[in-house]
Amino acid sequence: MKPLHKIGAVVGTTALSFFVSAQAWAQEVAEQVAEAAPAVAEAVAEGPIKAPTVEQMAGMVDKGDTTWMLISSVLVLMMSIPGLALFYGGLVRTKNMLSVLMQVLTIVSVAALVWVSWGYSMAFTSGSPFVGGFDKMFLAGVDGTTFAATFSNNVYIPELAFVIFQMTFACITPALIVGAFAERIKFTPLIIFTVLWLTLCYFPVAHMVWYWAGPDFLPDAPTDTGFLWGMGALDFAGGTVVHINAGIAGLVGCLVIGKRLGYKTENMPPHSLVMTMIGASLLWVGWFGFNAGSNLEANGVTAVAFINTFVATAAATVAWAVIEQIVHKKPSLLGAATGAVAGLVAITPASGLAAPMTSILLGFTASIVCFFFVTTVKNKMGYDDSLDVFGVHCIGGIVGAIGTGIVADPALGGQGFFDYTVFPAAVGEYDMAAQVITQIKAVGITILWSGVVSAILFYALKFTIGLRPSEEVEQAGLDIAEHGERAYNY
Amino acid sequence: MKFIIAIIKPFRLDEVREALTSLGIAGMTVTEVKGFGRQKGQTEIYRGAEYTTNMVPKLKIEIAASDDIAPQVVETIQAAANTDSIGDGKIFVLDLAAATRIRTGETGDTAL
Repeated sequence: MKPLHKIGAVVGTTALSFFVSAQAWAQEVAEQVAEAAPAVAEAVAEGPIKAPTVEQMAGMVDKGDTTWMLISSVLVLMMSIPGLALFYGGLVRTKNMLSVLMQVLTIVSVAALVWVSWGYSMAFTSGSPFVGGFDKMFLAGVDGTTFAATFSNNVYIPELAFVIFQMTFACITPALIVGAFAERIKFTPLIIFTVLWLTLCYFPVAHMVWYWAGPDFLPDAPTDTGFLWGMGALDFAGGTVVHINAGIAGLVGCLVIGKRLGYKTENMPPHSLVMTMIGASLLWVGWFGFNAGSNLEANGVTAVAFINTFVATAAATVAWAVIEQIVHKKPSLLGAATGAVAGLVAITPASGLAAPMTSILLGFTASIVCFFFVTTVKNKMGYDDSLDVFGVHCIGGIVGAIGTGIVADPALGGQGFFDYTVFPAAVGEYDMAAQVITQIKAVGITILWSGVVSAILFYALKFTIGLRPSEEVEQAGLDIAEHGERAYNY
Repeated sequence: MKFIIAIIKPFRLDEVREALTSLGIAGMTVTEVKGFGRQKGQTEIYRGAEYTTNMVPKLKIEIAASDDIAPQVVETIQAAANTDSIGDGKIFVLDLAAATRIRTGETGDTAL
């Protein structure tokens, strides 16, 4: 009886202490909310709050912004699957169609897992200027009650919405690379490459270009940014991080792996330009999420990014068709679709910074430069970039990244840049020449980083497990040999 | 009996079929084929990569006809498939040794 009574007393005390602490906690929360409420009201009355607490941030979230970010994420995912998969798939021969679809689908899935495991933490937490830390590995501390900064003082979005949106970018970027060596790579080394490349290349570059403390915190910690962000490089939606990064990795890959069997001696026409057209169209539609979503809010700048994306792409499509009419005497569908992608790539870094009319010029220019690379330079140099990842994504990305320095100038109707080191953020003085030089430096650093990391990874895989299937397999097609299926069974 | 093989331009098929039907020809076999002759192939350009296809798509028509009607069949095909340009095709006539209708077992002209 006695011992039992004792246990009862212990349980009673524990329960009581728990109740007391719970009560204290509830009181604390209530006090915080009470503090936050007038603080938010104060913000409306007296201007923004510097370095708001999490509780205050909770009052700075807009349902419209959150909705837009989630919809944008869906749109960007649609760019990779099925958009990019079909765009690329249509361009290869029938015997390799399924391999391309499978590569893109798997890369997207693997990248998503890597992103939530360590990618988000490496890209978007404070660490060195070159790469973030591991504090948020496996999304530690990230849940429905944490928030991510936007480009406006005192405007926040749920952190998970930001994690999801950025995840779709990490998914599409490695998938872009496969086009460069399509029809001649083994599946397993490709997936290993994807994991390593994301870790050693994509996350550091994303950190360098996009990480910063946010507009409410930067004034107190002006050096808490990625290296290129701190340098003042402008990349609205990922011209350097996504397109130059993937484009150069693709070029290195196709050089290390070598040309396809029968390159230049056999006919290798696309097996279905219908698929390519569907893919290109899905890319265009999805790209509104990519570019306009990159504003992280649903406001006027979002609309600017949206219309710029629309018209630059239209201009690039028309430009490619016109050049072909002049050079080849016939405008081709593949040409127009390629032009569209070149335009989308080029406007990406400038989307929220340019004006519609300068966007048209940027799209036009990118189309012409990419046409020259894809049709002339590639043939002269003799590398087999199967689906023109370098010629369209890297070159279009470079035109866009450098062009951003020009079209962002307020003198040309651009948005200029905001000085976030002051509070609240103010429009900074724009110096076009200096900005263009900064843009060129950012492009150079990205090319160097991605080029070197990609070369090391590709060579390491080539000399260990091997990158390329046997000649017999390549001749038969990757679908049957690597996946045991055919894309079409008529 | 004769076995007539005609290689024609694909878009002339309807004219040829109609002309032969009015002649009383009750059946033919049509196959999509590729080949080359005097007609040059086409050049296709995909993002600047030029592919010349030497083989040109054609249709092969096969008809079995009785000896008395065979010359008219050839004439009719020649007239209907003609566009006065290189690549219009050719007509070959072979002697046909025997013919059997599978359903009834009839042989010779009555099987055609």
